[in-house]
Amino acid sequence: MRTTSIFTLGAVLLATTSTLSAETLRWARSGDALTLDPHAQNEGPTHTIRHQMYEPLIIRDVSGAFEPALATDWAPSADDPNVWVFNLREGVTFHEGAAFTAEDVIFSFERAKQPNSDMKELIGSITEVRAVDDYTIEIVTDGPNPILPSNLTNLFMMDKDWTEANDTVNVQDFEGGEITFATTNANGTGPYILESREPDVKTVMVRNDNYWGIDQFPMEVTEIVYTPIQNAATRVAAMLSGEIDFLQDMPVQDLARVNDAEGLVVKQAPQNRVIFFGMNLGADDIEADNIDGANPLADVRVRQAMSMAINRDAIQQVVMRGQSQPAGMIAPPFVNGWTAEMDAESSTDVDGAKALLAEAGYADGFSLRLDCPNDRYVNDEAICQAAVGMLGQIGVTVNLDSKPKAQHFPLITDGQTDFYMLGWGVPTYDSEYIFNFLVHGRESDIGTWNGTGFDNDELDAKIASLSSNTDLEARNADIADIWRVVQDEQLYIPIHHQVLNWGMAENVGIEVDPEDQPKIKYFTMN
Amino acid sequence: MTDLPDHTAPKLAEKSRLRAFLDSDIFFAFKRSPIAVVSTIVVTVLVLSAIFAPLLATTNPFDSASLNLMNGFTAPMAPNAFTGETFLLGTDDQGRDVFSTILYGMRISLFVGVAAVLFAMVLGITLGLIAGYLGGWVETIIMRIADVQLTFPSILVAMLIFGVAKGITPIEYRDQMAIWVLIIAIGLSDWVQFARVVRGATLVEKRKEYVEAARLIGRKPYAIMLKHILPNVLSPVLVIATISLALAIIAEATLSFLGVGAPPTQPSLGTLIRIGQGFLFSGEWWILLFPALTLLTLALSVNLLGDWLRDALNPRLR
Repeated sequence: MRTTSIFTLGAVLLATTSTLSAETLRWARSGDALTLDPHAQNEGPTHTIRHQMYEPLIIRDVSGAFEPALATDWAPSADDPNVWVFNLREGVTFHEGAAFTAEDVIFSFERAKQPNSDMKELIGSITEVRAVDDYTIEIVTDGPNPILPSNLTNLFMMDKDWTEANDTVNVQDFEGGEITFATTNANGTGPYILESREPDVKTVMVRNDNYWGIDQFPMEVTEIVYTPIQNAATRVAAMLSGEIDFLQDMPVQDLARVNDAEGLVVKQAPQNRVIFFGMNLGADDIEADNIDGANPLADVRVRQAMSMAINRDAIQQVVMRGQSQPAGMIAPPFVNGWTAEMDAESSTDVDGAKALLAEAGYADGFSLRLDCPNDRYVNDEAICQAAVGMLGQIGVTVNLDSKPKAQHFPLITDGQTDFYMLGWGVPTYDSEYIFNFLVHGRESDIGTWNGTGFDNDELDAKIASLSSNTDLEARNADIADIWRVVQDEQLYIPIHHQVLNWGMAENVGIEVDPEDQPKIKYFTMN
Repeated sequence: MTDLPDHTAPKLAEKSRLRAFLDSDIFFAFKRSPIAVVSTIVVTVLVLSAIFAPLLATTNPFDSASLNLMNGFTAPMAPNAFTGETFLLGTDDQGRDVFSTILYGMRISLFVGVAAVLFAMVLGITLGLIAGYLGGWVETIIMRIADVQLTFPSILVAMLIFGVAKGITPIEYRDQMAIWVLIIAIGLSDWVQFARVVRGATLVEKRKEYVEAARLIGRKPYAIMLKHILPNVLSPVLVIATISLALAIIAEATLSFLGVGAPPTQPSLGTLIRIGQGFLFSGEWWILLFPALTLLTLALSVNLLGDWLRDALNPRLR
């Protein structure tokens, strides 16, 4: 009798554990999310972490196509060309229990338009968001905006009452070093709930069993343990020893080693991200150079010479081991406005570069400082180091200052660097996004990542007109014109388009998405 | 004619000093110890090759403009696939010749090590002498500071000092200052050993009759400390200095390995090991192995020499 009951108990336990089998995904990459505040930083890894906990109205699925998230469907209004109508998903609750309604959407859009928000460029054309009823909203733009939905895929929805109760109605002042409740806490509608977070050490999330899409998506991972590991060798060692199931930012030199290891695979895809250098051409004199009273970077010939000094093929072959595509423009090939001709416009010509420098009056060269991140892009520091050598060959002496991205990015957004590395992914798949952030003159709500000081009113007007231009052909012609100016001015020095490599244990089932933005709800574990 | 004897006198004295050294117990013990002889030869060769690095090295690895990136990751003694160039110990990820970089890197490691030990020595001896000779509250303050510092691992103290110094130097001068900051950071983390030993020896010496005599004829305290006590406490200092040198070289390598020491464009041995460590899994072993072997050989021989010196100067072991 007693033996049977023990057997029964054992059988019951076995049955329960197999149906509720806990699957932990141990996930690592080189750096951490900069903040959890949904609107404070428009940065890839930061969005990636938020996507597990918060949701926008629309997301992109693994293939990059739109998929309904908190909105079930959307369409331009039949009555007014300046209005988009979104139907919201009903029966959705935030992690802390409150129901998701139109009020939260309106609040989130208002919050994302605040001065401290880093998302305001994406919704600059929106003049009003109004509720028709609890589950229908209308978004009014300052002109017809055919590509509005693609600007909303990283715009996360917050619980209005929660922010008010926790004093985080205002977006965190990231550059000012402010820390708010929303920086370290999260209350979204997303598939995973924040369990604990130690910035730069470990973030743990558990499955949201009340998630609206729990039956629609695999959702096989019950717990996510996210560990940033800055050192590339340590990262790979962790993967090889089985401490990690899923690895982003795979060092290019270790692809073969990981792929050959038993139980591990590497999946590859071209990434929607271009790496480039920016130069401060707007200042009268720059701080960290040896030329007083003048700014050598203000001369387009100097900028062209610097671009010509960079041997992109050598960087591709040696530093990137083939895992990149040399670039001639700062748009990834996925983006509307990219052309193969412009992307082939960069060439290496050391003698020509020297001649151009001499023509500009800098035959003896000059010196300046290069600010470089060391935990953000694939081999970022090694690329900068190689560039230092190549620029040295034309007489431009570069002092390299590399540091973690959390210290690097504020230099760009605060305008405190004269020469810097930046990478740009384009979630909207359209050039307007690049222009709004990187080409438009810097103002409070636009051009915030334009560290070049470039400011051309005529061009700015053209950029501003893109969002409301419904004639796609004319719009594309404008985009081509703007790119022509960017190219001729050598506003940036393009380096390459990244190739994406994800390492994973064999039981992890996911395909690489070009935005490097894994959404764990799509993962299978078997 | 009269100044001829004056002229030859120092020469004679020098000769006899060398004679005296060759006849001394120390040199006798030295000749009898193969470890001491071998370590001395190794250290001498390494130091000389570091000093004459510009003559021995085939390239100048600190001149970024002279590097050809296409030479990157060339294996030792094998021609590069793109440029056809061959390198004795191969090249690193930036196309730097590993052999030349080791020579130049060793220069930085040795310079930082020696300078840091000298700095620690001067500081430690001064404070130790003052504490031991003056006693009282001066001694209490100095030695309690030393005790507190001893409770922290010295590498932690060095990192703290380095971090603070990096924070207050303007970015433009950071690269040039990095080496000096390293020296001060390592030196400041290491003075305690010297101070404790010198204080202990001073306490013993100051009660001896020659010190009493010097005090009676009215010599000033600083003269007594420098001219009378110091020469008599120097032999343990010499031993500590040698062992400290090995530790300082390793401390510098550790800091650079952690990425807080020498800048990547002017790599020391520690920086080279940090770079090489990223390519261990991918099979480019030479970037790590050769700098690591050099560091090992250097630190080991200096350490062995220090050990031998300690035994040789210890009368109880003779």
